[in-house]
Amino acid sequence: MRAGRAAGDLAFRLGTGLFGLVLVLLVAAIGAELVRQSWLSIETFGLNFWRTSIWDPVAGEFGALPFIWGTLYSSMLALLLATPIALGIAVFISELCPNRLRPPLVFLTELLAAIPSIVYGLWGIFVLVPAVRAAETAFPQALKSLPFFSGPPFGLGMLSAALILAVMVIPFTSSIAREVLKSVPVAQREGAYALGATRFEAITAALYYARTGIVGAVLLGFGRALGETMAVTMVIGNSPKVTLSLFAPQHTMAAVLANEFSEAADDLYLNALIEIGLVLFVITLVVNSLSRLLIWSMARSERQAAATTVVPAAESAA
Amino acid sequence: MRPGTGRRKRISSVFVAFCAGSVLLALVPLAFVLFFVVSQGIQSLNVAFFTHMPAPVGEPGGGMANAIVGTLILVGLGGIFAVPIGIMSGIYMSEYAGTWLASLVRFAADTLNGVPSIVVGVFVYGIAVLPFRQFSALAGGLALGIMMIPIIARTTEELLLLVPGTMREGALALGATHARAVFTVVVPSAAQGIITGIVLAIARIAGETAPLLFTSLNNRFFSTTLTQPMSSLTVQVYSYASSPYQDWHRQAWAGALVLVAIVLTGSLLARFATRRLESLSPR
Amino acid sequence: MRTLGIAAIGFTVLVASAAAQKMQIQGAGATFPNPIYSKWFSEYNKLHPNVQINYQPIGSGGGIRQITGQTVFFGASDGPMTGQQLKAAPGALMHLPTVLGAIVPVYNIPGVTGELKFTGELLANIYLGKVTKWNDAAIAQLNAGVKLPATDITVVHRSDGSGTTYIWVDYLSKVSPEWKSNVGVNTSVNWPAGVGGKGNEGVSGIVTQTPGSIGYVELIYALQNKISYGTVRNAAGEFTKATVQSVTAAAAAAATQMPADFRVSITNAPGKGVYPISSFTWLLLYENPKDKAQAKTMVDFVKWALTDGQKYCAPLGYAPLPDSVVKLELAAIARIRTS
Repeated sequence: MRAGRAAGDLAFRLGTGLFGLVLVLLVAAIGAELVRQSWLSIETFGLNFWRTSIWDPVAGEFGALPFIWGTLYSSMLALLLATPIALGIAVFISELCPNRLRPPLVFLTELLAAIPSIVYGLWGIFVLVPAVRAAETAFPQALKSLPFFSGPPFGLGMLSAALILAVMVIPFTSSIAREVLKSVPVAQREGAYALGATRFEAITAALYYARTGIVGAVLLGFGRALGETMAVTMVIGNSPKVTLSLFAPQHTMAAVLANEFSEAADDLYLNALIEIGLVLFVITLVVNSLSRLLIWSMARSERQAAATTVVPAAESAA
Repeated sequence: MRPGTGRRKRISSVFVAFCAGSVLLALVPLAFVLFFVVSQGIQSLNVAFFTHMPAPVGEPGGGMANAIVGTLILVGLGGIFAVPIGIMSGIYMSEYAGTWLASLVRFAADTLNGVPSIVVGVFVYGIAVLPFRQFSALAGGLALGIMMIPIIARTTEELLLLVPGTMREGALALGATHARAVFTVVVPSAAQGIITGIVLAIARIAGETAPLLFTSLNNRFFSTTLTQPMSSLTVQVYSYASSPYQDWHRQAWAGALVLVAIVLTGSLLARFATRRLESLSPR
Repeated sequence: MRTLGIAAIGFTVLVASAAAQKMQIQGAGATFPNPIYSKWFSEYNKLHPNVQINYQPIGSGGGIRQITGQTVFFGASDGPMTGQQLKAAPGALMHLPTVLGAIVPVYNIPGVTGELKFTGELLANIYLGKVTKWNDAAIAQLNAGVKLPATDITVVHRSDGSGTTYIWVDYLSKVSPEWKSNVGVNTSVNWPAGVGGKGNEGVSGIVTQTPGSIGYVELIYALQNKISYGTVRNAAGEFTKATVQSVTAAAAAAATQMPADFRVSITNAPGKGVYPISSFTWLLLYENPKDKAQAKTMVDFVKWALTDGQKYCAPLGYAPLPDSVVKLELAAIARIRTS
């Protein structure tokens, strides 16, 4: 009986582990394929690819810097805008709102995620961009000298892209954060309230308990922003430039790849485009590593705190 | 009252107001976009839309019947591929959280999530289209599935991790094998959340065009053959929206509206199904 | 249960036999001719119900890549394949012009409702970023009598690679030595100025929404979206507007010197009444394809398209091929091996 149980447990471990391995192999295969298909470009440009700003298909000169800039800038801005709102929504739905309101609000947030990115793009062109252009034109002249707000008011540009990305990221981060918060044991919150906490303080305690899940939700949102193609390319102006200005048209890696891939017919051009895909892949790896470090250090500080305090088990109220 | 309580209460009120405000703020663009889609799309929705194939420009009565069926098939294929891999990986990552493999899988999932859809399309083109000299629905489903995996896996993992250890231990104490404990106790209690993950993944890929352009291509005719190009709402909408004709534009909007409706219906059904499941699980 | 089984088998046999009789031919390529091609394939399907030709507009470059990779039976491109691309293909490929298109300069200038006149050199200078205001002397001297505002010119180009861009920059290179040496010709270039819109509809959208902008789109987009477009001076010195007649005239002028493989640029064509920014769009077919049955059907289709099919062109905004070119093509198509 014991041996059978052990074998069953081993089979479970191996079985699920195998699926996990498939995931890893998939990612490795994509990475390998990206390298293989961009080899000509890697050979030709080497590390300069990451530093150069020229994108000239006619002359055969390619550099990824403006696209790296555009992707990171737009995704960071989007995250800055979206995360507080997404968490606010998640907290509201899971902690603060009356029970009757919950299902419709959940439905509405998921509605945001259900809208295809091409629809966001079209809405962007016809509604968002003119609105942003009007806002840019009405912008106080005194602030226009700042590098963030310089340039003619096209409407198309970093600001529109960041806004649209933020709207697209919100439902992802908020849905997962909401589920995560729902799973925090009731005992946590009740304990806090019993100690006289305000709502803010109790919720903060719950957020702290679920912090790895919350960071996971934010990361998922960030990944969404990094890879978003259609909606961004329709509102960002598609102009490869490195500039701080929110008003200026810029470009992203996913957008240039999607825009130029189907038409690129010569080998170096194609390889350079795929190398942009590779650069994005590497950047995603780096961002993930950094956030893993962040989570690990958060977990470490908790382990240290746990080791030095005597605390009754959190789930004693089961 | 103790000193400092007033300040703490004020902070709390501001916080609550902020959360409520966030909801309203998010609903504003939603209302705008929805209004836009519905007002543009509803004009072209008629019976012909759901029963006819695409017609050349200028000819009335064109529809997207093949695209609707195609999208359902492609999303289904993607789900068949992604749900088992995603959930099983999520289970491994949460049950064996300390191992090096779990960390590696987590890392891989987060990386995969950031890969743009067009790169996935190009990858699948290289392994599933070019070697067979054939665009196919299977390749399209594969591309969509690959994009779904990380969302399902990570959501499953995070939610399973939050299931209190006591539940797992209780089941094991009663003599269940590890597998049994996980599948009959731990997973069902996180079912609602896992379904959210799957629904999010479907919403993510149902609106994607780029990965399908080089895998399932598109098909003007009705086809359910998995080894042939298959029509999809997204590619058809994209194709129509890129044209200069108002008639095709209107149909594109109708297509977008139908797509949103499909995703929403799916999510509602999934919620309804798991509500029954959750009422049965111990919590 | 048994009746269900028999019914299922019967149904499958029925479907299978029906499927066996239908021939589905795959094609992919340029987006510009998609409307006329979809009309043609639909009309041909009405004449031959068992032939389904599935064409997908994935872009000229995509068409070239897919036909080279043999994932489709035929390709389509707005720009002819280069010698290098032809060499990379596993067999001899034939270019067959099908219809003609024109690219027009569209603009949105506050206060200006009429037609503006442009020369090729002026357009090049605008796109080089050298002419930056609408009331610049270069524009004013061509358009005496039009009140041009002092607004900045917002240049709009394509963000995606495209045959449309290819034709536009091909023309600019012929009329502006500076463009030729500094920027050059390709489906995507290093634009010295402006913002990029995705697709013809992206450029149309941006121009419609942005006061003071100028862009280039296929004629049909300007017509359908009712955007003002200007006349361009041709090689004979006339300011011509893009019409079905002026575009067909451009092809007729080239017919006399048509190379055997039909790979020719007809931008800035000589002759009277010619619109200078015109171009062929081509079908790409292997001369010796593997599937002879599909080859036979395609040859029959092309013959139909070049003759009966041309009548569908004008209503959709395309210019039909001149008879001289059709004659040459019908002779050339005999090279495709159908058995």
